[in-house]
Amino acid sequence: MNLIPFLIVIPLAAAFFIPLVGKRIKISGDIISIAATISLSGISIFLASLIATQKVLMFEVGKWAAPMGISMVVDGFSVFMLVIVNSIAFLVALYSTGYIKKYTDTWKFYTLFMLMVGGMNGVLIAGDLFNMYVALEIAAIAGYALVAFGIDAEGLEASFKYAVMGAVGSSFMLMGIALLYSYTSTLNMADMANVIANKGASKIILFVSALFIMGFGLKAALVPFHAWLPDAHSSAPTPISAMLSGVLIKVLGIYALSRIFFNIFGMTPKISMILIGLAVISMVVAGILAFGQYDIKRLLAYSSISQIGYIALGLGIATPLSIMGALFHLFNHSISKSLLFLNAGAIESSMGTRDLRKMTGVLARSPVIGYTNLIGAMSISGIPPLGGFWSKIIIIFACIQADRPVLAFIAIAVSILTLGYYFKAVTPVLFGSKGTHLDNKSKPITVTMAVPMVILAILSVVSVLLLLPNTGRSFLDGAIAVLVKGAIR
Amino acid sequence: MDTVKDSKGMTLIVKTVTRITIGFILLYGIYISLNGDSAPGGGFAGGVIIALSLVHVMLAFGKEVALKRLHSYAMRFSISIASLVFLYVVMIRWHGSYSHIVIPLAEMVIVGAGLFAIFVALVLLSKSDKDSE
Repeated sequence: MNLIPFLIVIPLAAAFFIPLVGKRIKISGDIISIAATISLSGISIFLASLIATQKVLMFEVGKWAAPMGISMVVDGFSVFMLVIVNSIAFLVALYSTGYIKKYTDTWKFYTLFMLMVGGMNGVLIAGDLFNMYVALEIAAIAGYALVAFGIDAEGLEASFKYAVMGAVGSSFMLMGIALLYSYTSTLNMADMANVIANKGASKIILFVSALFIMGFGLKAALVPFHAWLPDAHSSAPTPISAMLSGVLIKVLGIYALSRIFFNIFGMTPKISMILIGLAVISMVVAGILAFGQYDIKRLLAYSSISQIGYIALGLGIATPLSIMGALFHLFNHSISKSLLFLNAGAIESSMGTRDLRKMTGVLARSPVIGYTNLIGAMSISGIPPLGGFWSKIIIIFACIQADRPVLAFIAIAVSILTLGYYFKAVTPVLFGSKGTHLDNKSKPITVTMAVPMVILAILSVVSVLLLLPNTGRSFLDGAIAVLVKGAIR
Repeated sequence: MDTVKDSKGMTLIVKTVTRITIGFILLYGIYISLNGDSAPGGGFAGGVIIALSLVHVMLAFGKEVALKRLHSYAMRFSISIASLVFLYVVMIRWHGSYSHIVIPLAEMVIVGAGLFAIFVALVLLSKSDKDSE
C-alpha cells in the first residue's frame, strides 16, 4: 500500500473529526491530534527509510499519468522536510495539551493546528505547482486564524497584518504560477522543468522569478518582506509560535523557493546574487533589531529572520557544501527555535511574564526550563559541541570555498551578533535567585510541557550525528542531492 | 411557521412569500447539485443556493428563527461529516469505483453550511446589530 496520500489524509481526517466530538469530550482534541501527529511522524520516518534506497516515490491520484493527472512526489528533500515537520508537530501537539488549557474552545485550536500540518504536508508532497499553492494557502490561512487564537488586541492586530501581507504574497505567487503556466502549458513541476530547459531562458522567466521571490520571500520573512513576522510570532499562542518559527516559514518559504529555483528554473548567477543580497540584509538587519527587544518572544522572532538569512545565504551560494550547510542549519534551527519558543511559553506560564527585565532566576526556580533554554540558545548562537555551530561553520567554509571572503566575514560577524543577543536572553535565566515578587502568579509546568522540551534539547545536542557517515548522513545527503542537480555548474 | 406575526424581521408580505418559496429554493439547490454532470451547475452552485435560502429565512424572520433551523452545532456537524465523506470517497477512488452522487452532495453540504456559517458569523459579530441592544 502506498503511504504517501496518508500524509494528507490523516491530518485532514483528524481536523474534521475533532469538531464532531471536541465540544462534548474535552480531551478528544488532545488525543486525536497526538495520535495523528505521531502516526504522521512514523509514516515520514518510514518513507525516509524507503527513500534511502529508492530515491523517488510517486503516487498518481486516480491512476492518471503524471503530466496530466495530479501526482504526489516524495524525494530526498521532501522527506527531509517531512520528518522535521511531523516530528516537531508531534512534540508541539504534546506540549499544547498542557499549555492550551488557559484558552476556551480548545477543539478549535486542534482543528486549525491539524489543518496547518495537513497544509504543510501538502506543500511538501505536491508534484505540481498549483496543488502546492493550494496546500500553501491552507497552511497559511490556518496560520492566520491561529495567530489570533487568543483574541487579545495584540494578536488580532498581528493576525490582520499577517493576513493582509500573506494575501499580497499569495497573489504574487498565483500571478507567477499563471504566467508560468501560460509559458510552459503544464503545471507538473518535473514537466515544467523539462519544458523550460528546452525552450531556454526568456524574459518571462525573469519576471516570474521576481514574483516568486516576492511571494515566497514574504512567507520566508526575508528582510524587506519581514514586517509581519515579529508581531505574528510573538503574539500567537506559544505552541503556534513554535510551529510558525520552527517549520512554517521554512516549508512555505525556503522549501518552496528552493524547489522552484533549484528544480524548476535551475539556479542562475542573477538569482543567486539576489538571494545572497536578501540573505545578507536579513542576517544583519534582523540581528541588529533583535538586540533592542525585551520581549523574549519578539527577540526570538527577530532571531528567526536572522537565521533564515543564514539558510538563504547557503542556498544562494549554491555549491554542494553551502547547500549542505543551509539544509543542516534548517534542521538545527527548526529544532532549537521550536525549543526556545516552547521554553518562552513555559517561562511565561510559570513566571507570568515575557519581559526579560522582569524575570529572574529561572534556572533556580525550574531546572528543566533553565537548562533546555540554555541548550537551545547555545545551539542557535553557535557554541561548539552543539548542532548550530557545525551548520554555521559549514556555511562559513562554503563562503570561503566559493571564493567569497566578504560573505564569510559577514556570516562570522552576525554569528557574534547572535551570541550577543542570546547572551542577553539567557542572562535572566541563568542568574538571580528565586525571588518572591512573582510567586503569587507562578505555577509549575506540567510533565507534557517538559517532555517535548527535553526531547528537543537532546535532539539539538545530538543533531551533529547527521553529519557523520553511518548515522544519518544518507538522510541529509538525499536532500542535498536533489538540490545540487539544479545548482550552478 | 408561527413567527409570521412576530414583530421581528420584515413585513408580513415578505414573511409569507418566504414561507411559500423556501421549500422550492431548497429543492432547486438540490436539483442543481444532482444535475451537475449533465447540465450547468454542480455541488458548489447548489450549495450556494441552499446557503442563500437560509440567508433568506434569516433576513425575513430574524436570526433566532434561522439559527433554530440550523444552529451552530448542526453546521459544524454537517461540514465535518461531509468533509469526512469526501475524504472517504477520495480514499475509495484509489482502489476502485465510487458513487457519482456522493461527491456533489457532500460538496453541496459543505458549501451550503459553510457559506451560511460565514454569514452568521458576520451577522453575529457586527456591532450595528439591533437585537443586541
